[in-house]
Amino acid sequence: MPKPVPTQQLIDGLLRGDRLALARAISRVEDDAEDAAGIVQAVFAHTGKAHLIGITGAPGTGKSTLVSALIESYRASGVTVGVLAVDPTSPFSGGALLGDRVRMTGHSGDAGVFIRSMAMRRGAGGLAKASAEAMLLLDAAGFDRVLVETVGAGQAEIEIASVADTVVVVEAPGLGDEVQAIKAGLLEIADIFAVNKADRKGAARTVAALEMMLETGSAAAQPIFHHGQRMETGAAASESDAGEGWSIPVLETVAVSGGGVAQLRDAIERHRAWLDESGGRGAREGRRLDHMLQTLVQAEVLARLERALAPALRGELVELMQRRQIDPYSAAADVIRKLSR
Amino acid sequence: MKQSQIRVLIAKPGLDGHDRGAKVIARALRDAGFEVIYTGIRQTPQMIAAAALQEDVDVVGLSILSGAHMTLCPKVVELLHAQGQEDVLVLLGGIIPDEDAAQLKAAGVHAVFGPGTTSAEIISFIRNAMAG
Repeated sequence: MPKPVPTQQLIDGLLRGDRLALARAISRVEDDAEDAAGIVQAVFAHTGKAHLIGITGAPGTGKSTLVSALIESYRASGVTVGVLAVDPTSPFSGGALLGDRVRMTGHSGDAGVFIRSMAMRRGAGGLAKASAEAMLLLDAAGFDRVLVETVGAGQAEIEIASVADTVVVVEAPGLGDEVQAIKAGLLEIADIFAVNKADRKGAARTVAALEMMLETGSAAAQPIFHHGQRMETGAAASESDAGEGWSIPVLETVAVSGGGVAQLRDAIERHRAWLDESGGRGAREGRRLDHMLQTLVQAEVLARLERALAPALRGELVELMQRRQIDPYSAAADVIRKLSR
Repeated sequence: MKQSQIRVLIAKPGLDGHDRGAKVIARALRDAGFEVIYTGIRQTPQMIAAAALQEDVDVVGLSILSGAHMTLCPKVVELLHAQGQEDVLVLLGGIIPDEDAAQLKAAGVHAVFGPGTTSAEIISFIRNAMAG
């Protein structure tokens, strides 16, 4: 194998907009290489400029095709786009088949577009462990918009809400009834809904179900008038910072033909402007950085714990417990003492 | 030995749409623990090189059944080298006459796999190359 490219060279290249340096830096972060932290540290001061857009939704709703259509729409007005497309890792082999690029061809000759497929590896919640770091690298490399496509998400894969400024939840007709629409989870994190494949039967119903969900959801925060009398609902204002002043649009798109994509892009840009005006951007970024901080500290603590809980020590403690010479709580306290030393 | 995850781009350059072989290999490589980026059919050498760069792959696997390998493969190799990816392993699968295979190897293709090659042979070739 050839010698790896020196870290500083990657950092300098990335900040200059060198694509190979960016690609290699993402790999270092993904592989949790020795210099991964150093790379993120070096570029962090150059981040915070890109608008981070999450695209999530169930498998088969057309997320990749929609991302491709959005890239095209942004590029038509000269806006540069970095893309992370996350796909699952096989829990059996550790391998992955990353196929999102199949639907994103046609942007390869464009220097204003950078598409990176990412396997989930040991990530959770629909994203890879290194997704947040890779987004920082794309941001530092100067892309105006960073689009992140999650793995085909179920109902509780909401990690994207912790890393994106604007979350687009993609739905498609025929995936569920009205009850699906009021379930918790994925639907609660949407800033924008895109009902894709809207040329298919049932699209109007899906739109109606989502709108109904949104109306009943926001009713709690708004006064309800019953026979002309103002009813006190007693409900607190929505905890989501998407509440105040942003009404979540439900848009119809047909990604394969580009139908509705301009409207979707406009909605994303309106949300972006709204975040700037309302102060929501700062709140979201704060939440994102807090999340990153927690993740990093947890990872380090876990690593130390693993070292402290060496198999030999564990065996020793288990034996003591079996002989009833020590109880599990005291054994745990013993390990914690070793950890904090 | 490469410590990091091995990433492989599987691409079908040229105009034939027979991608069954490419898909079978892609899946076998996934099952061997590699991360496989599959780009689909009708890729130009420029598209393949651009994908190989953005994905920072260790291996590019080309599947060609159209007979256009003598133009397409050297072009992919040339583009990879021009963009600083001289160290990427380039493999070719398809129906390739022996004399063409020899020329392609001289042009920088690392291995040519004909009909009857098992997935295991390809996997062990990649592992050995990465370990070397």
